[in-house]
Amino acid sequence: MGIEVVVEGLTKTFGRQNIWQDLTLTLPPGEVSVMLGPSGTGKTVFLKSLVGLIRPEEGSVLIDGVDMVNSREKDVYEARKLFGLMFQDGALFGSMSLFDNIAFPLREHTRKKESEIRRIVMERIDMVGMLGSEGKLPGEISGGMRKRAGLARALVLDPKIILCDEPDSGLDPVRTSYVSQLLIDLNAQIDATMLIVTHNLDIAATVPDNMGMLFRRSLVTFGPREVLLTSDEPVVEQFLNGRRAGPIGMSEEKDQATIDREALHGIVVGEATERRIVPQLEPTPGLPVRQAALRRRERVLGMLSTLPPAAQRAITASFAAEGQP
Amino acid sequence: MTAPPRSGSRRPPRKPLPGLGVLREIGHLFALAVTVVKLTFRRPFQVREFIEQFWFIASVSILPAMLVTIPFGAVMALQVGSLIEQFGAQSLTGGASVLVMIQQASPLIVSLLISGVAGSAICADLGSRAIREELDAMKVMGVSPVQRLVVPRVLAVVLVALLLNGLVSVVGTLGGYFFTVYMQDGTPGAYVASFSALAQLPDLYISEIKAGIFGFIAGIVAAYRGLNPKGGPKGVGDVVNQSVVFTFLILFFVNTVLTAIYLQLVPSKGM
Repeated sequence: MGIEVVVEGLTKTFGRQNIWQDLTLTLPPGEVSVMLGPSGTGKTVFLKSLVGLIRPEEGSVLIDGVDMVNSREKDVYEARKLFGLMFQDGALFGSMSLFDNIAFPLREHTRKKESEIRRIVMERIDMVGMLGSEGKLPGEISGGMRKRAGLARALVLDPKIILCDEPDSGLDPVRTSYVSQLLIDLNAQIDATMLIVTHNLDIAATVPDNMGMLFRRSLVTFGPREVLLTSDEPVVEQFLNGRRAGPIGMSEEKDQATIDREALHGIVVGEATERRIVPQLEPTPGLPVRQAALRRRERVLGMLSTLPPAAQRAITASFAAEGQP
Repeated sequence: MTAPPRSGSRRPPRKPLPGLGVLREIGHLFALAVTVVKLTFRRPFQVREFIEQFWFIASVSILPAMLVTIPFGAVMALQVGSLIEQFGAQSLTGGASVLVMIQQASPLIVSLLISGVAGSAICADLGSRAIREELDAMKVMGVSPVQRLVVPRVLAVVLVALLLNGLVSVVGTLGGYFFTVYMQDGTPGAYVASFSALAQLPDLYISEIKAGIFGFIAGIVAAYRGLNPKGGPKGVGDVVNQSVVFTFLILFFVNTVLTAIYLQLVPSKGM
């Protein structure tokens, strides 16, 4: 089972620019979470803070008893072996073939024999559907393949926590939905805690158990997916509908002058409409049941009364649709 | 969950002390040097990477080093020869030019070549890895880029510098001999005799010590600049440029200090 990630009071500033402050959330063990947010709200910085690549000024990120923000370098390096991070463009080593890239963590951290390494690596390459390309250099394959190879490399040490930085960027809609399915299948197979940072609405609607959104230097909300999907916050509303009317502007926030000018052109916030919630993806038939989904059901039912009424209705409806309440 | 008031959250702008940035850079540089020395002794040592880098640096620097040294030795022989001739001490030409060659010219030629050829290659390599997030990926996989990439490179630079210094000394001395004896009609016997009269073993030691230290500095500066490029491919070009310039500045300064210390500590042989 995956490991719980507890983030408390995280604040990061570059120079005089505050990226976000006082982020507090918990990624439940083994579940899939998505962090949404307009471009430039520090989603990637958040991801890198979780693995200790960027050190926020305040707050803590607790993983298995290790604080990734304030611990000694040595402990942080040790704790990183629990992680698999999929970078935006794969971040493969340009001088190594795909096979050597994916074998890299095994060769560095284990004393496995070369035949053993070969077996594990080929298994992972098969998992991401890239058999036959293992001899190629990262420069010789497409962006989508680089991403999948990056994912295979992140998986090779059986990580307990998988972080994905925009798994959809640069992919066509079809490949994006294949990646979505791949992530859900992975979760069913290895039951790792997953966090996906994205601004892709399809992934956001179909993949996660939990969702959060970053805007204006803070966390708008974080909780079961239904909470965000039914939220009537103007920011969430605007983002999920991909409209111009709303608080998000071209350069993060709008000022009153822009809002007035847009109103002249008929761009105004309309009536809030009840959004239809798309059912979550299921693992491909033949794979084991997602343990995380069962755990999540218990957890969400336990906290049901504390959620907003719209979210309660949506959750009850989705559980009813699955058959058993 | 409202946005914090903008003006309230902003701290009053701090006026940076002049020169603080430079001090910080120097501090980081020293920190990297200490880390490299420390991690050199931590297992596993990257033997393969070390050999590859050693071979690469040696193969790109041997030929240029020799091609620079031969004319350099010639110039020195001609200049020293014509100067010394005016004092009527022609018989000492050999000793003078060989001492200058071994103590000063050889380590400096080595360091210029090492920083220009090997340093720039190392800096560009690490810099492009940094902007492609390869170094971040390595850290996330729990592998320290300093131990995995920087340590073998710095050690390879030091070893190449030591060996190259020997080569340059020999080639320079032979070049000086050739030009004194054949071009300036000097006497071979006097050349060799004055050489052994003035030169002593510590001259060779300081030459090698200098080469080793210069190689270490060149490697560390190149790695430091390469690990921290600012903003994209343009940034990599900038740091390569800076690393070569900084290395030159630092090496000439360190050379002055080492020479002064050596001349104080080791009495000249005299005649």
